[in-house]
Amino acid sequence: MDKKIDKSQVKKVAKLARLDLSEAEIEEFAGQLNAIIDYVERMNTLNTEGVEPMAHCLPVSNVFRQDIIKESLGTEKTLANAPEQDGAFFKVPKILEEP
Amino acid sequence: MNQLSAKQLRDKIATRQTSSVEATKAVFARIAKIEPTIGAFISTFEEQAIARAAEIDKRIAAGEKVGQLAGVPVAVKDVMCTTFGTTTCASKILANFHAPYNATVVEKLLAADAIIIGKTNCDEFAMGSSTENSGLKQTVNPWDTKRVPGGSSGGSTAAVAAGLCYAALGSDTGGSIRQPASLCGVVGLKPTYGRVSRYGLVAYGSSLDQIGPITQTVEDCALMLNVIAGHDPADSTSVDEKTSPVTDYLAKLNESVKGLKIGIASSFNAGADEQVRKAIDEAIQTYKKLGGTIVEIDMPHLDYAIAAYYMVATAEASSNLARYDGVHYGHRTKNPNDYIEVYTKSRAEGFGKEVKRRIMLGTYALSSGYYDAYYLKALKVRNLIRGDFVRAFEKCDCIMMPVAPTTAFKIGEKVDDPLKMYLSDIYTIAANLAGIPGISIPCGFDDKQLPIGLQILSPAFSEEKLLRIAQMYEKQTDWHKKRPLI
Repeated sequence: MDKKIDKSQVKKVAKLARLDLSEAEIEEFAGQLNAIIDYVERMNTLNTEGVEPMAHCLPVSNVFRQDIIKESLGTEKTLANAPEQDGAFFKVPKILEEP
Repeated sequence: MNQLSAKQLRDKIATRQTSSVEATKAVFARIAKIEPTIGAFISTFEEQAIARAAEIDKRIAAGEKVGQLAGVPVAVKDVMCTTFGTTTCASKILANFHAPYNATVVEKLLAADAIIIGKTNCDEFAMGSSTENSGLKQTVNPWDTKRVPGGSSGGSTAAVAAGLCYAALGSDTGGSIRQPASLCGVVGLKPTYGRVSRYGLVAYGSSLDQIGPITQTVEDCALMLNVIAGHDPADSTSVDEKTSPVTDYLAKLNESVKGLKIGIASSFNAGADEQVRKAIDEAIQTYKKLGGTIVEIDMPHLDYAIAAYYMVATAEASSNLARYDGVHYGHRTKNPNDYIEVYTKSRAEGFGKEVKRRIMLGTYALSSGYYDAYYLKALKVRNLIRGDFVRAFEKCDCIMMPVAPTTAFKIGEKVDDPLKMYLSDIYTIAANLAGIPGISIPCGFDDKQLPIGLQILSPAFSEEKLLRIAQMYEKQTDWHKKRPLI
């Protein structure tokens, strides 16, 4: 069986997904994702030439509404679940280096 | 326990033969007794529920007009936002999350004067088929406590089956209402995509997710749908009532469908266990006696539904779950070295294994170099599957098939083999891809006394007819009256 997803591929995808996986998880996922992708490839036996991709099952597009100003959640409620905040902003570790 | 249906209870409360306080207290007495065994709830609201019940009793005594579910104790799957209690999605990442608003369905339950008694356990972020992926607790099947209740809405179905509430809400992305309903011997409806507002439903696969009722009877299912269906300006994918009006699903429920044409895809159904197939065949025989005729249909693309689903759903999930970043809400890792670690470690610590697996799978399917081969291909296959249904419904009113290939399996039996777990969704997934409604109704038991469900699928926005078809069968049988001896 051609191995489509090896450990380095898992690490690359984990980086894209912003997931810090343990070595054991990387090992486990490599095997499992490979088995799943292998199964998924049965789709390749279907001829889909000329078939429109269907992202959505309803024929809805561009649902508009009147642009009316309504009350919003407010700072207090918005920040209520924040892991860290200072009463006006979400607090995060420093992002920019000192110049 | 011999329990009234939700509608029977509502009518008794309305006519003051019983009170909502009495019913609510009885439910909590039962929860105190058997919930430690079942594990259906993540949170319960006893004090609040009894106070509300007293208020509704008072309004009824005063002759005030009350809602369609006045005084009835119901439960809500913990993926729907409530301003009271927590909204955890059965995930450690949201273990302490307090939603700032109610989901539209919660507002509708409250407006109908229902008593929300608690929030039910499920697979984390509704990802799973056994409720074993809950990051917070284990729910067992009330029919056999060594077995799974199904999933992902396993807490809701177990609660209804065990008499811990009169009805519940679940959500269904690939079968998460119908499959656990089948495994727990209750009624579960996934409405048409767009019939019920998703506002305040924590997103998993946005183009597939739909909220629906889990009940003891088909009639209760119609009653619950009456309460929750309808357009919501806050959900642009909920359908405009000019296009597809909501009807009173109870009004004509007892009118049987004349000249019912039942579509059967024999070769597809052949994949189910022998005892399941036998129960389904017998149910179809009952419909024949009621005047139904069988139409053999060809659904050539259903065999590809699982493959397409696990690309579409995981791709959408990987995008939806990007919001759990340790910044705005949810778990944040202690002492990150830099801002990147706020993301990577918070997510690694907060998400369980299945959620990580699906995020990985979806990220892979959407990543550069693989997008066309997996995600785009799956969207094309999805269109072919929709086409199968369009062609089938030209020849029949509904399609009948099993809900699940087996009855409830043992806890731990499939946890180490995700693909095997995914394959148990074979009969339910296509309805989500096509956006059509589907119902699971009790149709028998296997030799271990585990319930079996019959699945009925019908065209988009035909819930009224679908419920009438289900009701025809329920009136002829007693399966729905059987309750686990717990």
